[in-house]
Amino acid sequence: MRLLSEEAIEDIALGAAVLGTGGGGDPYIGKVMAREAVRTYGPVELYTLDELDDDDLIVPAAGMGAPVVLVEKLPAGDDMIRAFEALGKYMGKTPKATMSIEAGGLNSIMPMYVAARLRLPMIDADGMGRAFPEIQMTLFTAHGITATPFAMSDERGNTILMETINNKWTETFARTLVVHMGAMSMIALYSATVKEIKKAGIPGTISLAEKIGQSIRQARLEEESPVAALCKSVGAFLLFKGKLTDVNRRVKGGWNLGEAKLEGFDEYGGASHTLHFQNENLAFSKAGEYLVTAPDLITVLDVDTAEPITTEHLRYGMRVAVIGLPCHPAWREPKALELVHPRVFGYDIDYVPVEERYG
Amino acid sequence: MRIGIDVGGTNTDAVLMDGTKVISSTKSPTTQNVSEGITKALKTIIEATQLDVSKLDGVMIGTTHFTNAVVERRRLTPTACIRLGLPATVCLPPMVDWPDDLAETIGRNYYLAHGGHEFDGREISAFDPDEIRGIAEQIKAKGLNAIAISSVFSPVNAVFEEKTAEIVKEVIPDANITLSSTIGRIGLLERENAAIMNACLRELAVKTVSGFKQALRDMNITAPFFISQNDGTLMNADFAADYPVLTFASGPTNSMRGAAFLSGLKDAIVVDVGGTTTDVGVLQQGFPRVAAMAVDIGGVRTNFRMPDTLSIGLGGGSLVEAEPLKVGPQSVGYELITKAKVFGGDTLTTTDIIVAAGHEDIGDKSKVSDVDAVFAKAVEDRIEEMVNVAVDRMKTSATAMPVIVVGGGSILIQRKVEGASEMIKPEHFAVANAIGAAIAQVGGETDRIFALAEMSREEALEQAKREATERAVSAGAKAETVEIVDVEEVPLAYLPGNATRIMVKAVGDLAGA
Repeated sequence: MRLLSEEAIEDIALGAAVLGTGGGGDPYIGKVMAREAVRTYGPVELYTLDELDDDDLIVPAAGMGAPVVLVEKLPAGDDMIRAFEALGKYMGKTPKATMSIEAGGLNSIMPMYVAARLRLPMIDADGMGRAFPEIQMTLFTAHGITATPFAMSDERGNTILMETINNKWTETFARTLVVHMGAMSMIALYSATVKEIKKAGIPGTISLAEKIGQSIRQARLEEESPVAALCKSVGAFLLFKGKLTDVNRRVKGGWNLGEAKLEGFDEYGGASHTLHFQNENLAFSKAGEYLVTAPDLITVLDVDTAEPITTEHLRYGMRVAVIGLPCHPAWREPKALELVHPRVFGYDIDYVPVEERYG
Repeated sequence: MRIGIDVGGTNTDAVLMDGTKVISSTKSPTTQNVSEGITKALKTIIEATQLDVSKLDGVMIGTTHFTNAVVERRRLTPTACIRLGLPATVCLPPMVDWPDDLAETIGRNYYLAHGGHEFDGREISAFDPDEIRGIAEQIKAKGLNAIAISSVFSPVNAVFEEKTAEIVKEVIPDANITLSSTIGRIGLLERENAAIMNACLRELAVKTVSGFKQALRDMNITAPFFISQNDGTLMNADFAADYPVLTFASGPTNSMRGAAFLSGLKDAIVVDVGGTTTDVGVLQQGFPRVAAMAVDIGGVRTNFRMPDTLSIGLGGGSLVEAEPLKVGPQSVGYELITKAKVFGGDTLTTTDIIVAAGHEDIGDKSKVSDVDAVFAKAVEDRIEEMVNVAVDRMKTSATAMPVIVVGGGSILIQRKVEGASEMIKPEHFAVANAIGAAIAQVGGETDRIFALAEMSREEALEQAKREATERAVSAGAKAETVEIVDVEEVPLAYLPGNATRIMVKAVGDLAGA
């Protein structure tokens, strides 16, 4: 067990934005929320899975909705606790810990609020090792862990409990309900024992986010290239450096779809590439040929500061570095890959791991 | 005729313009008392041109005075903040992420109340007048009269902020109230931060603006005067006294707008060389390209639309060192006229190198006759490289673009910049910022979320454009000159129902000038 300092929370928020691959919301709100919770209620205790008993119940916590709404309708805090406690009550069991289902973006941080306020351990693990747009897109699903029982609460005090036949249905119903809750709700889901998470989850991802954040912060202090430092620290590949010359967006059923064109500079001068996003960055291509796709991680960074840029913030004229990070090997198993294969997102191609082209 | 004045940290610049013609300009050191510097600049201009001040249509002032007050934590008024949005927003109260010294200067006097709206206009909770009255009584008991009011999604519906203001006024008749909906965009913390900063600057703003007014009266100028905003548009003096926060970052904007005007170009790169730094920005349709990221002012996060400029440590006062060759970022700054070699000092600056190389004849060139020609060339190569890299970084494509060079340190740019289709060093380049203030237009903006289930995308865009145009006209623009200069559309991700956020900006010429 270790205590997370305010500096660690800053680092995790920055690293989580890198793992967010352009989606998952800007972790700024989550970071300030976690920091304030720590100041008010005490520090977050981060545990490894080995430090708990195999039978202990873990209830992950998260936010669900539109990130643009979250920056305006800030969370109440009570809503998060309400969803978390409602699930324990429904199950008739006491959760021994909480964790993140999604290490990328805001949801890496949200459980810290629950952990600090309820004085519960937070587990250093998650169910994606990145961000994905839908509830069923987790390694938990691939291992047969159900998203339900599922609790969702709004700030008014409404709580909905749900049982569904599979995790895709949880997504379908929850996505509709969240609109009625003002496009933002707090959820508790994927409850599981430590033993189950050991099998299905990705251990160490909160520490991974922290390591990424640290490498960027250190490099900035030492006036070295933060992009290079980040790549080195976690074995990411620099895919491209270029200017955004065109950003084309459209909206389709709650998806922020689009492409961004990049014109290379420095050693990439003269080349042009295209980034494809659907809330998250999902593919990177050159002249119609896909070079990197989900489930590998594609993140766009400010070329100088390595500040991660979300798909909503992509703007004409930005100067960026695009990096690719191999996803956790568990995503490449057939049952997991079918949840997040490029074809799931409409790219009719085979998945080729990033290291095979860039390694 | 118009007079444009730019009150910078180092210099106060002024220009007199007749239509599109620059009649006269002046540059003098900024004084401790900002109004004195303005009076002096006005006097110089009026005497030099024998101007009949009754012929003036307007005086436009750009100032960093309010930004500096926040940065220096000086002359700020203790302020209260009321936020409507309960039961939402509790875990992130107002001023939550402010630097402690600034928060303590104005006090963490905040109050949460019921109210607020959803993105689609529904109420989060009912507005409770008694609750607000109770809060107003508490604020009154603390003796505070600077008050900021924010409400969740007030850019969508501002009615709760307005109702709150009415009640507060009943309890505290002399209250100085700032509504977040009148200042900012979507992003509650950032908009509220701006409203609180505005509220704590109001007292200073009233004093400063009346000082400006006095300075004009002293010169018998009766023409209306305006203050420039961060987006390069104008607000009238009384409006500026109410919204000082809108002056933040107006300096770089004015200088880029001035460059656009002087060169007659709408799309170009602007290189503004000062004493200590060179700012490179991009003009798109005659306006600076804006930064997409949140901007910190005095350590406080805001979401103002600031010009996207790249600042490098190169200016007319930059220190030059040999072995190893080093140019900047240290600078003698405003002491250039005493410390540089050509002015009799003993510090080698970039200005000295340009004189030594024979490009310019400034000060006493015999003082730099010992500078080695090979060394001077090496320094010039370095300057060229620094500028080339900065310009390339700001460009959006490989296509060559015109490069406009302005600012007091423009003599440093002697060579063609790589990737420039042409180099333009317009006349009056040294006072581009004051010109930018003089020629500024009036604008209006809207930033809202539209549910596309209720109307088509085209209708939503039309409505947003209409709202922005109406705001420009009510801010003083001539209706027939208003143009839409910026449209941005961001669909709401992770949300079924096709809602989209639309931001539109409109600008027009000032009526009656």
